[in-house]
Amino acid sequence: MSLFRRSNSGDVARERLRIVLMQDRISLAPQLMERMKEDLVDVISRYVDVDRGKIEVEWRRTGGEPALVANIPVRSVKRGVASDDRAS
Amino acid sequence: MGESLVITSGKGGVGKTTATANIGAALAMMNQKVVLVDADIGLRNLDVVMGLENRIVYDLVDVVEGFCKLKQALIKDKRVEGLYLLPAAQTREKTAVTPEQMKNLVGQLKEEFDYVIVDCPAGIEQGFRNAVAGADRAIVITTPDVSSVRDADRVIGLLESAGFEGPLLVVNRIKPKMVDRGDMMDIGDILDVLAIDLIGVVPEDETILVSTNRGEPAVFNGSSRAGQAFRNIARRLRGEEVPFMNLAEVQGLWGRLRKFVGLE
Repeated sequence: MSLFRRSNSGDVARERLRIVLMQDRISLAPQLMERMKEDLVDVISRYVDVDRGKIEVEWRRTGGEPALVANIPVRSVKRGVASDDRAS
Repeated sequence: MGESLVITSGKGGVGKTTATANIGAALAMMNQKVVLVDADIGLRNLDVVMGLENRIVYDLVDVVEGFCKLKQALIKDKRVEGLYLLPAAQTREKTAVTPEQMKNLVGQLKEEFDYVIVDCPAGIEQGFRNAVAGADRAIVITTPDVSSVRDADRVIGLLESAGFEGPLLVVNRIKPKMVDRGDMMDIGDILDVLAIDLIGVVPEDETILVSTNRGEPAVFNGSSRAGQAFRNIARRLRGEEVPFMNLAEVQGLWGRLRKFVGLE
């Protein structure tokens, strides 16, 4: 990023603000992250058997956009999931 | 029974005290009985902005500690009927008053006044908790920069968890020319992220510094654009529908002329 880049600084401000507020709001609500984690696991558990104790959900910033990255270790896949999928 | 408003921002230096003085004076000019309460204990400034610093005898902490009667500490502004100031203590700390005591004090003032306007200190610690304790409504001030809007967002979160419904936003110190050339966030950008109702947009205006130098709120100056913006805010608080100032006009005749002849 050049100091002399001819981009409108107002746009830069808007983008930086958007991202910083996303991070502020999520870090102020750790219980919200916990709830989201639980909900994610509930949905995924319908299809595969996951290890609830080892789930990690975190914010990562790759490039410009912040991303939610979830690491959910799978113990086993339930039998019948694949055929259900094909049927629907 | 009157109404109490707290004027807050999180970040310092965005114009809380100026807004308190001007909105209060504008409401008094509309024949309302108004008291301005400086809740910035230890760093009082509202007295200077109002030009009333030489008339302080007692202060807010004296009242709370029972050292004087509430009426004795109120300073009457002689320029407009019905405008009073309750100054902060200068030699004490924020912890000299509790939120409960502030709530009682504001409650007492609401019995006498149509509007009790509390100037909140910067920060989100005890001074903030004191200032919001007795308030019915909150006005959040921000300037169009990343750090100020970020702090406003934090304060809005705190206000909402303290039970305030619909805090109102004032965007202060907008420079229309900078917005035009894309070097300043515009009102829409700020409203998008903060998602609360707008009650005023105040242009950057040299008359504010002049009025602070003199201790005369800008609303007393009929030709001040910022003063006009604050008078509009007061009218909206009274429930009037007032269109938002056309910021292009703020540039003045010269700006419009330059635009017309294609210089800009």
